[in-house]
Amino acid sequence: MALKDITLGQYFPGTTLIHRLDPRTKILGTAAYIVALFLAKGPGGYAILLAVLAALIAISKIGLKSILRGMKPILIIVIITGLLNLFYTPGQGAPLLSFWVFSIYREGVWAACAMVLRIAMLITCTFLLTYTTSPIQLTDALERLMNPLKAVKVPVHELSMMMSIALRFIPTLIEETDKIMSAQKARGADFDSGSLVQKARALVPLLVPLFISAFRRADELAVAMECRCYHGGEGRTRMRQLKLAGRDFAALFLAVALCVVIGVLARFGL
Amino acid sequence: MEAIIETRHLSHIYSAGTPFEHGALVDVDFTAYQGEYLGIIGHTGSGKSTLIQHLNGLLKPTSGQVLFAGKDIWETKERTRQTRFQVGLVFQYPEYQLFEETVYKDISFGPRNMGLDEGEIDRRVRQAAQFVGLKDAVLEKSPFELSGGQKRRVAIAGVIAMEPSVLILDEPTAGLDPVGVESILGNIHDYHQAKNATILIVSHSMEEMARTVDRIVVVDDGKIPFSGTPREVFAHGDELEKMGLGVPAMTRVFHRLKSMGVDIDPSVYTIPQARDAVLAKLGRGKG
Ligand SMILES: Nc1ncnc2c1ncn2[C@@H]1O[C@H](COP(=O)(O)OP(=O)(O)O)[C@@H](O)[C@H]1O
Ligand SMILES: [Mg+2]
Repeated sequence: MALKDITLGQYFPGTTLIHRLDPRTKILGTAAYIVALFLAKGPGGYAILLAVLAALIAISKIGLKSILRGMKPILIIVIITGLLNLFYTPGQGAPLLSFWVFSIYREGVWAACAMVLRIAMLITCTFLLTYTTSPIQLTDALERLMNPLKAVKVPVHELSMMMSIALRFIPTLIEETDKIMSAQKARGADFDSGSLVQKARALVPLLVPLFISAFRRADELAVAMECRCYHGGEGRTRMRQLKLAGRDFAALFLAVALCVVIGVLARFGL
Repeated sequence: MEAIIETRHLSHIYSAGTPFEHGALVDVDFTAYQGEYLGIIGHTGSGKSTLIQHLNGLLKPTSGQVLFAGKDIWETKERTRQTRFQVGLVFQYPEYQLFEETVYKDISFGPRNMGLDEGEIDRRVRQAAQFVGLKDAVLEKSPFELSGGQKRRVAIAGVIAMEPSVLILDEPTAGLDPVGVESILGNIHDYHQAKNATILIVSHSMEEMARTVDRIVVVDDGKIPFSGTPREVFAHGDELEKMGLGVPAMTRVFHRLKSMGVDIDPSVYTIPQARDAVLAKLGRGKG
């Protein structure tokens, strides 16, 4: 499997309602969903959250397959978290199952399910954000959302510029890594076998050219930006203005409502 | 002639099973013969680089076989590794792979990986440097303080130092000035002569190809539509034009003359050949 096949905040272009929402709405909505996720306590809350997520996925027309594939790298973490919860949650009643030093209680089963579900939903809702929002839109929205921080001298524009440049160059760097790796393999470099020390040493022929090329690219980019008279965020206008529409207010209202409902349900232990 | 590298029904699909799936090679049967000087030509994105990375086992075929000296290179792990040393591959813009403190150390990277002893490594490094026209004084310099053209030479020497019996170069002259182009092509020719090595050179410049190679393989959209001597290949002028390749200027002139009704042999591609063709025609005209 080539390095390239990793999906890393991959954007799937589209024109669904979710794609058309203002990116600020989507960020705030995702934040609200995560808050609701942590408020939820009982099966009722989880059921509602799951239904909301399913509906969002259906509207966005992102295939379930793509989401599951993105989940693969963190599968191990999810499984381990689930197992830890399963075995280490103490319970009051008699254990459901017990062998060797382990015993599983009813509470453990519930805690494990809740934890696995919570992590999976957390990841899925952030995927939904990056799958339906282009990196440029994301950084634009973040800049606007962080705007108030300018008052306390946070360099908001610079931060978001750095972020969009970093996002832009991730695929380029991955491609470059692939290329240099092949070139050194053609000279007999071996990246896969040997002891840990040998493996670390084998990385030198990869990392040195990679760093040099990253610095060169940074240099070229800086010159190109200066040639186009870039001088920071002061007085800079945008080609694409972000504008909140009716659907954005509706979505934000629903997001807040979701938090309230889940919060109230949790109060009653549901 | 004896085949040294062959591919049988070779296909390669990038990112198989994702929405970005792309068939870069489709059922390719390719042969390179022992000791020949072979050109591989094709438009950008036609699959040239993908093809040559299969020939030394850097890419694994999605389906089909790659044979070196008659044996499948993927038979055992050891065979694949040995093939990497037998079939030297110089990537496009190879200067970006330099990493050592000195030119000498960088060139010795390949031979060292082969597990040779110090004396042999030293001999190979010095000989490789000589092949690409690097002076002894340069060997102790850092590769990063050299000019672009010299870096390219160091990178090529790094592969030549492994003394591969097949040397493959991916667009070795891209981005060089005309003098640099001539001199690098000359270096490659010297290696071909001295070691009786098989050379595969990838390019999209017909002019450059026409002057240097014995045989041309044309790659288009992941397939090989035809191959042959430069003369045979340039006879397919119209098809080459459709692939966006164009024929050498001299060939174009003669094709035009032919279509204007002049009875002349249109398969010329160098100035001396053109002269002979014109003289032949004039001689016939008088007689
Ligand atoms: N690592 C890769 N991942 C996905 N597609 C690739 C990769 N490398 C090349 N391709 C695609 O395969 C096709 C052939 O590419 P390549 O062999 O590099 O062509 P050439 O060397 O003739 O310009 C192109 O369409 C290219 O976009
Ligand atoms: Mg190429």
